[in-house]
Amino acid sequence: MLRALRAVIGRDLRLAMRRQADIVAAMFFFIIVVSLFPLGVGPEPDQLRRLAPGVLWVAALLATMLSLPRLFADDHRDGTLEQLALAPQPLGLIVLGKVIAHWLVAGLPLVVLAPVLGIQFDLPSDALAVLTLSLLIGTPALSGIGAIGAALTLGVRGGGVLLSLLVLPLYIPVLIFGAGAVDASVSGLGPQAHLSLLGALALGGVFFAPWPTAAALRVALE
Amino acid sequence: MLEASNLECVRGERRLFADLSFRLAAGEMLYLQGSNGSGKTSLLRMLCALTPAASGDIRWRGRAIGKLGEEFRSELCYLGHLNAIKEELTPLENLLLAAQLAQESLDHDAALDALELVGLLGREDLPCRYLSQGQKRRAALARLVNERRALWVLDEPYVALDAAAVELVAGLIGAHLQRGGLAVLTTHQAVPVTAGTVRELSLDGAHATSGWG
Amino acid sequence: MSNGLINWFKYASPQSFYPLAGKLIPWFWALAALFGVAGLSIGFLLAPTDAQQGEGYRIIFLHVPASWLSMFIYLVMAFWAGLGLAFNIRLSGMMASALAPTGALFAFLSLWTGALWGKPMWGAWWVWDARLTSELILLFLYIGFIALQAAIDDPRRADKAGAILALVGVVNIPIIYFSVKWWNTLHQGASVSLTKAPSMAAMMLWGMLLCALACWMYSIAVALMRVRTIMLERERHTDWVRALLTNQE
Repeated sequence: MLRALRAVIGRDLRLAMRRQADIVAAMFFFIIVVSLFPLGVGPEPDQLRRLAPGVLWVAALLATMLSLPRLFADDHRDGTLEQLALAPQPLGLIVLGKVIAHWLVAGLPLVVLAPVLGIQFDLPSDALAVLTLSLLIGTPALSGIGAIGAALTLGVRGGGVLLSLLVLPLYIPVLIFGAGAVDASVSGLGPQAHLSLLGALALGGVFFAPWPTAAALRVALE
Repeated sequence: MLEASNLECVRGERRLFADLSFRLAAGEMLYLQGSNGSGKTSLLRMLCALTPAASGDIRWRGRAIGKLGEEFRSELCYLGHLNAIKEELTPLENLLLAAQLAQESLDHDAALDALELVGLLGREDLPCRYLSQGQKRRAALARLVNERRALWVLDEPYVALDAAAVELVAGLIGAHLQRGGLAVLTTHQAVPVTAGTVRELSLDGAHATSGWG
Repeated sequence: MSNGLINWFKYASPQSFYPLAGKLIPWFWALAALFGVAGLSIGFLLAPTDAQQGEGYRIIFLHVPASWLSMFIYLVMAFWAGLGLAFNIRLSGMMASALAPTGALFAFLSLWTGALWGKPMWGAWWVWDARLTSELILLFLYIGFIALQAAIDDPRRADKAGAILALVGVVNIPIIYFSVKWWNTLHQGASVSLTKAPSMAAMMLWGMLLCALACWMYSIAVALMRVRTIMLERERHTDWVRALLTNQE
């Protein structure tokens, strides 16, 4: 079981390394979206500090949406998805492997970039730490929940837009607790409650979501 | 071993075949014939439990394949009309990965030998996107060299291959049957297989029936 | 499928459900009209004017039933979808697709009437109140469901994909509602108290219940009409639909 999981993760990481341009593009998308906000709302540090958690989190959601359509579409196109579905392991386990790989490739870079972008918004250092921590805990949930949408829209007309329509509402709790953690730490309430709820969402997203995703993949392969 | 009874296939609003039954024992091969769009690929996908049959059931060792799930899949090797190789990876990586996912132990040397057999030695480190169609098909078929699972389901295995490669694949299938394996394949080229019993099934005609029971 | 199930689900076959639904529809329309007239006459003629909110409050006779129905229909839809997924019953998927537009309509009505109510009460068309926000998200979920089913050509695949989405949605709705509520309590600075008058006049309650029943009956009638259309569309190549259509001509 674990060997198969490792094999799937290794495979997807290796594929991602051969297509680094995609990762870099998603990272720059994140940077650009975040950098546009001060141009839109003005450079007053107070206002930027207040906006920062929401802006970074929304940009992280959008950057994740950018990489989700390809989560299964490439494998679907070249027939490897059928092989994965026919492998002698539960398909949910294979999906879990792909979700973990997706997070490493699409989620983790956002976490690494977040403190740098937070400085643009004049966030104090403890808020920066909470922001980074909230992204670290929350982005796995984005990959997990997003996989359901990616599987449901596999091979569907206008899949990319539809994917956003299906997945973004499901992201709302992650956004609320993620951005809320930073707000809570700034306002002195302490981010622990938010972060633990975010952790619960992430666990749910990563370990529960692969099963409906697997069911949706089987429907798409019919 | 493999038994299909009263299968019906409906695609969109068309019924492709109905009341299709066959039985396949160890060491036997089933040639599926039929014109384009007669439901050959659909039948193969049903046999893999990828597509559910509109009615009828498929049994493997006496049990319904839908219920067997992973137990059945661990005895099944499916090669679709898509090659199922990643263009970014080399033939060697593709081969090793396929074995890993199938939970088979295939070491580096055995994989190289398999690639040599299908004539890809010297290209094993080249990303598959630089290979020709025939070479990609060979890279996909290299999986069969060390494949010991009991049931092979092959969709047009000979397409895009040259005469020498066709003979090679036919030889692999023959050896598989000799070991007591089963094979179901579709093809437009009737290629003789050296060993095993060959049955034929045609999907043409409104309600396809098989010649045996 | 064992043979025992076939008797159980006798009316699950479109062929036998179609005429049954046809007979039921007029009754549900009649009940909807009856409850609607009763509820609205209580609401507009008999119910007292609210001490704080004046006459404007009377929109709740539409607003509250619409909100209830929008939530309840999602549950019913998910129930049908899950049933269809578990037992592979064609009718279930059709019921789920037939319910979705009505649910979306009620979610929209709830938002719209909420805005109409909010303007005189709070002085704003839209307030980021937990309930309004959740209702908006519910509308998004309905739209996602409808869009997904519309984008998939094969009706069976559309049913299954929609069913998975509806079930995921049902698991998520409580989480979303809770998180929005949490968010709301943290962010509400100059707070607008949204709790309704604690003691609602019995007459108001009756009016609201009757209106809710009217909406209920309307939903059933419309869903049955829609499911009949879906049946004809999907089964147009079967013998029973052909026979039905030739008989009508």
